[in-house]
Amino acid sequence: MQKLIKNGQLTQDYWTILREATGPEVLQAVPGKSFIVPLKFWKLYQGDLADYDGDVAIWLDSDENVNDIGPELERFSLVALNFPIFSDGRPYTNARELRECLKYGGEIRAIGDVLRDQLYYMSQCGFNAFDLRSDQNPENCLTAFADFSTSYQATISEPSPLFRRR
Amino acid sequence: MYQYDKYDNQMLAERVTQFRDQTERYLAGKLSDPEFLPLRLQNGLYIQRLAPMLRVAIPYGLLSSNQLRKLAFIAKHFDKGYGHFTTRQNIQFNWPELEDVPDILAHLAEVEMHAIQTSGNCIRNTTTDQYAGVAADELEDSRPFCEAIRQWSTFHPEFAFLPRKFKIAVCGTKIDQAATQVHDIGVYLIKNSNGEVGFRILAGGGLGRTPVIGQEIFEFVEKRHLLTALESILRVYNRLGRRDNKYKARIKILVRETGIEKFRSLVIQEWSQIRDGAQTLTEEEINHCKSFFVDPFYIKKEDAPEALTAALKNDVLFSNWYQRNVSEHKKSGYAIVTACLKETGVAPGDVTDIQLNYLAELADEYSFGEVRISHHQNVVFADVQQSELYAFWKKLKTKSLASMNLGLLTDMICCPGGDFCALANAKSIPIAESLQRKFDDIDELKNIGNLRINISGCMNACGHHHVGNIGILGVDKKGEEFYQVSLGGSSQNEASIGKIIGPSFAQDEIPVVVKKIVEVYKNSRQNEEAFLDTYRRIGIKPFKEKVYAKAD
Repeated sequence: MQKLIKNGQLTQDYWTILREATGPEVLQAVPGKSFIVPLKFWKLYQGDLADYDGDVAIWLDSDENVNDIGPELERFSLVALNFPIFSDGRPYTNARELRECLKYGGEIRAIGDVLRDQLYYMSQCGFNAFDLRSDQNPENCLTAFADFSTSYQATISEPSPLFRRR
Repeated sequence: MYQYDKYDNQMLAERVTQFRDQTERYLAGKLSDPEFLPLRLQNGLYIQRLAPMLRVAIPYGLLSSNQLRKLAFIAKHFDKGYGHFTTRQNIQFNWPELEDVPDILAHLAEVEMHAIQTSGNCIRNTTTDQYAGVAADELEDSRPFCEAIRQWSTFHPEFAFLPRKFKIAVCGTKIDQAATQVHDIGVYLIKNSNGEVGFRILAGGGLGRTPVIGQEIFEFVEKRHLLTALESILRVYNRLGRRDNKYKARIKILVRETGIEKFRSLVIQEWSQIRDGAQTLTEEEINHCKSFFVDPFYIKKEDAPEALTAALKNDVLFSNWYQRNVSEHKKSGYAIVTACLKETGVAPGDVTDIQLNYLAELADEYSFGEVRISHHQNVVFADVQQSELYAFWKKLKTKSLASMNLGLLTDMICCPGGDFCALANAKSIPIAESLQRKFDDIDELKNIGNLRINISGCMNACGHHHVGNIGILGVDKKGEEFYQVSLGGSSQNEASIGKIIGPSFAQDEIPVVVKKIVEVYKNSRQNEEAFLDTYRRIGIKPFKEKVYAKAD
């Protein structure tokens, strides 16, 4: 069963997340793939990865800051943000800063402990793709985006706060 | 008070539906305990020692008579006939069934009430001075800004999983009654040198295990920048607050470990990115918020009418109550009345369904249908005509609502303690009662004067013991309940954290210990000096010597 929701729909996932890696040779062994590599890994080996004949994206853990990606951000079509546990709130701020301050327009994907009951808030903070934890019911998760019909705050999906719309 | 429109009502209804679904999935075994935990907490639901506890939000302490009646209904039908007003102006029900909670929330929604974000690691109910809008010493009514903060903080998608709970207080009066400086964020309405009213914003205050007075982040923020300023503090905290140790996760620890200068510069840096963004308050929005807090239709009346002065002269009990429980109102002919919920033998802050209904009736008859809950766990009628005070007092008396001890030693703050709370190390309600029994002479209490005793059953400090003039903290010593006493705390303008007097005491020693402390004060005070001032002048030593003296 599909476990990736992207822009409100279940989608085939062609990316592979590289959770840990020792060196760039890992990628060279499987050419033509699409890999999401750790930010640190990319920082270390970006020279080696430049001539890789597949797509490369990055993921950040919750204790990393999107402002540290630097000017290279634009070259990534996808940035994944990891929830080591669903109750870790830092990726919400990272997603929001990616959209609001760094004006990032690509895919922001939630990975890790991604559960149904957090999807709505994630979507409000700029996530548009959700790699669900394996035990989640994808059909049920699709309904989460309609939990609320509006919000008080200025959010990524509704840039005008309620007080400007009333 | 604020009136919900279709958006508020719709979001609230959606929240009830959402939590009903979550509760059903939990009861069906489809949501694990740890996954359900933050969901139920952010809907006000704790699992307690004896039963679940539901904490209902009272935004900045304001209640209409209809809401009071609904709370009475809930107390009667879903609880054992009473509720408990908390130190954050909320009300708790100690005996609901988990299965009933979605229904209770639906009942609350009918009167524009809820239990949203009254618990959990999120932004909690914003609190303020219980005299806001009527106090004679007020710079500007804080409630419109509390309402702006309420909306901004409710369902904030970015801040639902903070490192720890987060509390905001706003103060617009000269005398701070909102314990503003011991909040994660404290907001003071102030006037700058150009005569413009804006905000001074502190961060990093808090009680709990490590009591800290907040430090200044913004010296002056224009009104329109209020929400972006708050958001920038929250964002720095969400990103950098500690998550490895829940006892070090509050913003006060982050501010201390980062250093105030560095922390401030991080906030300013964050603020520079969002300060003129969409969340900037508009003039229309400020006026919109203010429109819900305009003066009621006051009748032109003289101060000190004949009906009042005659009653004061003829009825000494009324006069005693009047001196303590009636405060100056900004409008002539009106008074602010506090019904003190500190009757001896009743847990401080507890209120029955019968009392709740009666408070509603009195509010309708005497005070434009509204009351406020104070952080001292009392009920305030903000707009009573002075000429009606005598009749009003007589009615309060019929339902045990006329304790004349406001601000006195027996007007204690007290958490539910070990009788109810799963976190408590020790009981606190019996301590309060033993003190009320020891000090049962109103003349002696008046002689002692203003003295705040705050009691907490554990170091989470729900009873604000750190800022009590006398603070009492329940501790566990090898399975036995002991009590640590501290002196000199205050949550007012010159806020201070109390100092521990020495080794802790057994439960039955506490009334004697407090009596000795009071004696030292009475023997040392100069003129009209209050307890706190005497303490600040003479220090802890004389108290310590007396309390721990071998033989008396």
